[in-house]
Amino acid sequence: MSRFLNVLLASTLLAGPAMAEKIGLGRAALPEEITAWDIDVRPDGQGLPEGSGSVADGEELFSEKCAVCHGEFGEGVDNWPKLSGGQGTLDRDDPDKTIGSYWPYLSTAFDYVHRAMPFGQAQTLAADEVYAIVAYILYNNDLVEDDFVLSRENFTEVVLPNAEGFFFDDRDQTEVPAFTVEPCMENCKEKAEVTMRAAVLDVTPDDPTDDAATLIAAAAPAPEPAASPAPVSVAVAKPPVAAGYTISTDPALISAGEKVFKTCASCHKIGEGAKNATGPIMTGIVGRQAGTIEGFKYSKPMQEAGAGGLVWTPDNIAAYLRDPKGFVPKNKMAFNGLKKQDDIDAVIAYIASHGG
Amino acid sequence: MDEMSHKGTSRRGFLRAGLAAGGALTALGTAARASGPDPLITEVQPWASQLGDGVDVAPYGMPIRFEEHVIRRNVEWLTAETASSINFTPLHELDGIITPNGLCFERHHGGAAEIAKSDWRLMINGLVETPLVFTFADLMRFPRVNKIHFLECAANGGMEWAGAQLNGCQFTHGMIHNVMYTGVMLKDILAEAGVKTEGKWLLAEGADASGMTRSIPMEKALDDCMIAFKMNGEMLRKEQGYPARLVVPGWEGNMWIKWIRRLEVGDQPWEQREETSKYTDTMEDGRSRRWTWVMDAKSVITNPSPQAPITHGPGRTVITGVAWSGRGTIPRVDVTLNGGKTWFPARMDGPSLDKSMHRFYYEFDWDGSELLLQSRAVDSTGYVQPTKNQLRAFRGVNSVYHNNGIATWWVKPDGSAENVEIS
Repeated sequence: MSRFLNVLLASTLLAGPAMAEKIGLGRAALPEEITAWDIDVRPDGQGLPEGSGSVADGEELFSEKCAVCHGEFGEGVDNWPKLSGGQGTLDRDDPDKTIGSYWPYLSTAFDYVHRAMPFGQAQTLAADEVYAIVAYILYNNDLVEDDFVLSRENFTEVVLPNAEGFFFDDRDQTEVPAFTVEPCMENCKEKAEVTMRAAVLDVTPDDPTDDAATLIAAAAPAPEPAASPAPVSVAVAKPPVAAGYTISTDPALISAGEKVFKTCASCHKIGEGAKNATGPIMTGIVGRQAGTIEGFKYSKPMQEAGAGGLVWTPDNIAAYLRDPKGFVPKNKMAFNGLKKQDDIDAVIAYIASHGG
Repeated sequence: MDEMSHKGTSRRGFLRAGLAAGGALTALGTAARASGPDPLITEVQPWASQLGDGVDVAPYGMPIRFEEHVIRRNVEWLTAETASSINFTPLHELDGIITPNGLCFERHHGGAAEIAKSDWRLMINGLVETPLVFTFADLMRFPRVNKIHFLECAANGGMEWAGAQLNGCQFTHGMIHNVMYTGVMLKDILAEAGVKTEGKWLLAEGADASGMTRSIPMEKALDDCMIAFKMNGEMLRKEQGYPARLVVPGWEGNMWIKWIRRLEVGDQPWEQREETSKYTDTMEDGRSRRWTWVMDAKSVITNPSPQAPITHGPGRTVITGVAWSGRGTIPRVDVTLNGGKTWFPARMDGPSLDKSMHRFYYEFDWDGSELLLQSRAVDSTGYVQPTKNQLRAFRGVNSVYHNNGIATWWVKPDGSAENVEIS
């Protein structure tokens, strides 16, 4: 073998996995571009930004930005994730999997809050705010005292209770050998009896198209087919709007408002068939008395504002959107407000296009 | 009965009507005799006389209105909010092995991002010789490959661990789709940046509001992973990651990062939220399995099933279903009519491709008696799909993910079917 080939072979082996040849596509990434996107944090602390935050600051931030879904103490509202408690439940039925009881690494909580929270307003938290919120989550899980300050420097000292609770996929040693056998074809068992029925539990979404009896009936020769029902028209009542305001019906503005509304849509649904979610539906909200959407659990301040005569005129909606916490103090909407007047005008036009 | 009247009647009304009709059906049997000439044949129908739609009535065609019930569906009580939720592929309405693009189940963690091709960027950074940025136009200059693969959510069947819960294979098995991807091999893209020797892991990151991330071992990344931009020949749907997504054949769906924007090379895994607090399998003793990436062999009978009862009464009946394995192909599926006492080999039909859905059929003469229907996949490694009880013996019932146990449909004399557990 020639010396050249030897060298080539050696370098190929050193290079590790066989790689394809370069084509020369793409351009060099700039350092500031990498900094902007590379925000991931590893268990060893790689990727943690400079900064720190206290339990006390975290409590305030959490109440403002997180509690609407996760509850004031991380106990979770409705189906939203519970963040605290649950230690000692992992070997029970329906284990309570929280950051305190289940998550193996604190870096995961920092990384996730930083990249994905608050829900619908991702990547709006400063590093210090993330440290503070994570510190408060630790406090709610009884893992630190109330004077604790989490920082880049002490971060990796925090070990979560379930850090040792995981093992690597062992199916190849356990299940795969057990299930890789010649399957039985005849006289495989004595009895096969029904022990549990989904229809008895009855949690499947209700819809005529998934109902067996419906389909059998539909396929059967029907001597007298039921008459086609007349389409049901849903009339959207036009609530009175305070005189003096004109709501734009400019399609371009409405369309711009639809884009702005995406910020709202993580909590507020709108349109035909919309249902209350984290926030009340916005269908027909313009001109409506505050705090009166059926079925929504409003904060006390919002109920009181409505009872006191607050009506969602375009002007009031605009003022509320500019400063939600200032306009109705202590209401539960976790939103800092819209800064641009254009956005406010557009989103009101969009909301108004859905009744009101 | 046409689909309009079907829609307008109350569910309860249909239940009563169905029970009455069911009894009559059994008596009718299969050798139906015409009671008179069929007006659909003897009378000139409007469509045979008057002109139908011209071309361009629908420049992008949709299914005919008689199929408008064939849709993805959501189980509202499962999640708090549709932007972080899942809906289900209507498997009981499909045949063959390809899932139509508009019916591929959706799973988002921060809603479906809307990103124009011109706004898309892909960055490679970390342990590489040259960190790079690609545009969509750059992506189109790599050699392309076409591959058909199933994508199954690790939570498919997750509601069924403790027992039969949801009545329909759409809900019990519908977190899966199977499409042909056109894209670029990940190894070709990584080669442009030059992976350093110590680069053993890859972090894939999405551009959506959840910033979805997963750590993937470099060995898999360089083996068969792709960055895909087309599905079934057309651009990816928004909800499937337009304009580009990761394809990780045979591995759990959560790793197939949609709206992909960044690949970071590192020397250890990142332990992100979706690979620690989620997509890990908790055992009976409270300890949890991690890195359970490969999807085990699985199958399900799609017809008949709770949403697709037998409507023709006794006689010739076609059983069909799908099977797949993250470890290879499915050369064999067995079907039982009596809850697993006796099994028959099903007839495999259609393409048999690596880590792709397979279609099976079993035709038989139904005598109108009760059936306990099950299917059992055997993959190309010889792995046999386990019963739910076999799985529970290893994992308990709190595992949530990776439930590939055998499902049972209890078919009753009226042809209706119900999701049940059996002894």
